[in-house]
Amino acid sequence: MSDAGSGPDAPTPALGVEAQVFARNLLMLPYLLRRAGVPVSTGQTLSWLDALTRVELGDRSQVYHASRALLTTSVEHFRIFDLFFAKLLAAPDVMAPGKKRRPRAQRRKAEPALLSYMADKLRPFEAETELEDRDRRGSYSAAERLQSRSFGAMSERELEQVKRLIQDFRWQAIYRKTRRFEVAARGQSLAMRRVLASAARHGGHALELPRLRRKEKQRPIVLLADISGSMERYARLVLHFFCALTHAYKNVEAFAFGTRLTRLTPALRLKNVDRAVAEASGQIHDLAGGTRIGQCLSSFNRRWAGRTLGRGAIVVILSDGWDRGDTALLTRELSFIARRCHRLIWLNPLLARQGYEPRAQGMAAALPYLDDFLPLDKLRDISDLAKHLAKLQPGRGSRVAFH
Amino acid sequence: MNAEAEAFAGFTSVEQTRSSLLAQGYVAESGLGTCVFLALAMGKPLLLEGAAGVGKTEVAKVLAAALETTLIRIQCYEGLDVHHAVYEWNYPRQLLELQRRGALHEDGPSQERDIFSEDFLLRRPILQAIDQSHERSPVLLIDELDRADEEFESYLLELLSDFQVTIPELGTLRARHRPVVILTSNRTRELHDALKRRCAYYWVDYPTVDKELEIVGIKRPQVPAKLAKQLVAFVQRLRQQELQKAPGVAETLEWGQALMKLGVRELSSETLEGAWGFLLKAQEDIDRVRAMAPQLLQELSA
Repeated sequence: MSDAGSGPDAPTPALGVEAQVFARNLLMLPYLLRRAGVPVSTGQTLSWLDALTRVELGDRSQVYHASRALLTTSVEHFRIFDLFFAKLLAAPDVMAPGKKRRPRAQRRKAEPALLSYMADKLRPFEAETELEDRDRRGSYSAAERLQSRSFGAMSERELEQVKRLIQDFRWQAIYRKTRRFEVAARGQSLAMRRVLASAARHGGHALELPRLRRKEKQRPIVLLADISGSMERYARLVLHFFCALTHAYKNVEAFAFGTRLTRLTPALRLKNVDRAVAEASGQIHDLAGGTRIGQCLSSFNRRWAGRTLGRGAIVVILSDGWDRGDTALLTRELSFIARRCHRLIWLNPLLARQGYEPRAQGMAAALPYLDDFLPLDKLRDISDLAKHLAKLQPGRGSRVAFH
Repeated sequence: MNAEAEAFAGFTSVEQTRSSLLAQGYVAESGLGTCVFLALAMGKPLLLEGAAGVGKTEVAKVLAAALETTLIRIQCYEGLDVHHAVYEWNYPRQLLELQRRGALHEDGPSQERDIFSEDFLLRRPILQAIDQSHERSPVLLIDELDRADEEFESYLLELLSDFQVTIPELGTLRARHRPVVILTSNRTRELHDALKRRCAYYWVDYPTVDKELEIVGIKRPQVPAKLAKQLVAFVQRLRQQELQKAPGVAETLEWGQALMKLGVRELSSETLEGAWGFLLKAQEDIDRVRAMAPQLLQELSA
């Protein structure tokens, strides 16, 4: 059925010059998208070409939507797609009939020029770059600062040891029962299909009774670390801690916050621990600034909560609770998280200090929403946390005291 | 395999597709029109993502109506498995059959095969969708796929590429008319890339003011034009606020209807009270919006 797109009664109109140019340029689209990190498979490209034969090539909107539908698989890619599409639309065509042919040399230059232009365009695409520059001005590089900082009272050598210990730590996964079943010797209900198949073999007598039990799956884990001024000395260690968790578990999402939220997950997934930590710290740019916990949790809730908090997640917030922002906002966002996750754990380095009471404004406001409020000051606290996570009951524990 | 789909009357061009959908009361922007047209023409599943209440599910419903065909729907949920989505054996019947034969001493080596035959098969939605008895392609709606487990998603891969179902005891069943498949996701998690790549992808956004007005006009003709305008302007403003749950088109329509029932003909601080629950679905949101409503109304009338 070759005429599915434009029936015999609607012959394809001859394309205008501009549209022809555009159509030629368009063929570069999958290539450009791939270079920009948008995964486009060969199958997708073929489908896309097929689609192009079915829409009106002269109708920009149709071409645009057909291309977007078949070349992208996520709304996050739309911006980059739009950028390329617009550029290809506007790009000159050296072969255009009716115009003077440009000299050969220039013609050859046209394509690489377009490509390098595109490549250039891509860089500021990490939306935050501009902000970054402003934040950095007047201070020194955040990454350098992170690296030159020692962890509390420890010497550099001790710190190295601590980091290694954290990496070697054995984390026990935390499981929940899913609603899927698997055949097992014991379980709540009979595996009827097996029972019947076996009964049929034994003249209708069910001699074996294989059962079904609920499959278990690891809970997702969401990590949110405060890396603002008061927490700065812990920042490096925390990154190692997060990196260890990311490597040990499936389904870990890690974020850092201070004045704004940074997602660290992709960086921390790098195999090499030191590179992962360096990469992650390079992405944090508001180190040692103030904290606006409420604001940051709010942006977490808008952008990420929907995708990360489902399926009985465990949320770990790491902060001393010094908050310069709005306490009402913090309360609201925390209650949002608390209602959606399986367990909300707050780790506070100050809690280990003698005589500490959670009086810092933010901390006091947060308490009613927490399932656990634990210290994080020594290596032992980390192993305590691990033990605690491992013995979490399937059901939900009671909220922490201090109401 | 030849992926060529059959021709669908009323859907042979983008423009025709849009007007066919409009005839069913669905306002499709040109992007959605293009995607629906291509999905039909190329025999590809259409994956619709977007916030809740923007009319993703509705696409499948109107499509089925426009194509005058059956709509088969699977609502996904956690734990959805082959036995709920595709087929299940009718165990009680099998058991009875075995016992009947036992009583009649009809023992035979073929017993096991006998009770695993089509007579004892319970057809769940996906099997229904590829059933041979359909006169034309049915529309198969797999709703809120993000709620299902990854295992189910992997299962769909086979179905969506070949439109066939393999039942170990029976063999492979294939569709005579490829079903038109619409998948929707609210994005509570990312779907697998392998699955997404097999689909035409469209992000259903909140409608523009004009489009939403048109929708209200079509779906709730009893709402007077002036009130409709106010409603839409108000809802559009709310979507710019950081609410826990922004109102979708479905909420606009419900709210409009609720206000009509209350006898409201014009929005004001007083008339707004009472029907909040139809527009907003979180107490925090209601509190926030209630506090800023007077100012919003003032801005709208200015």
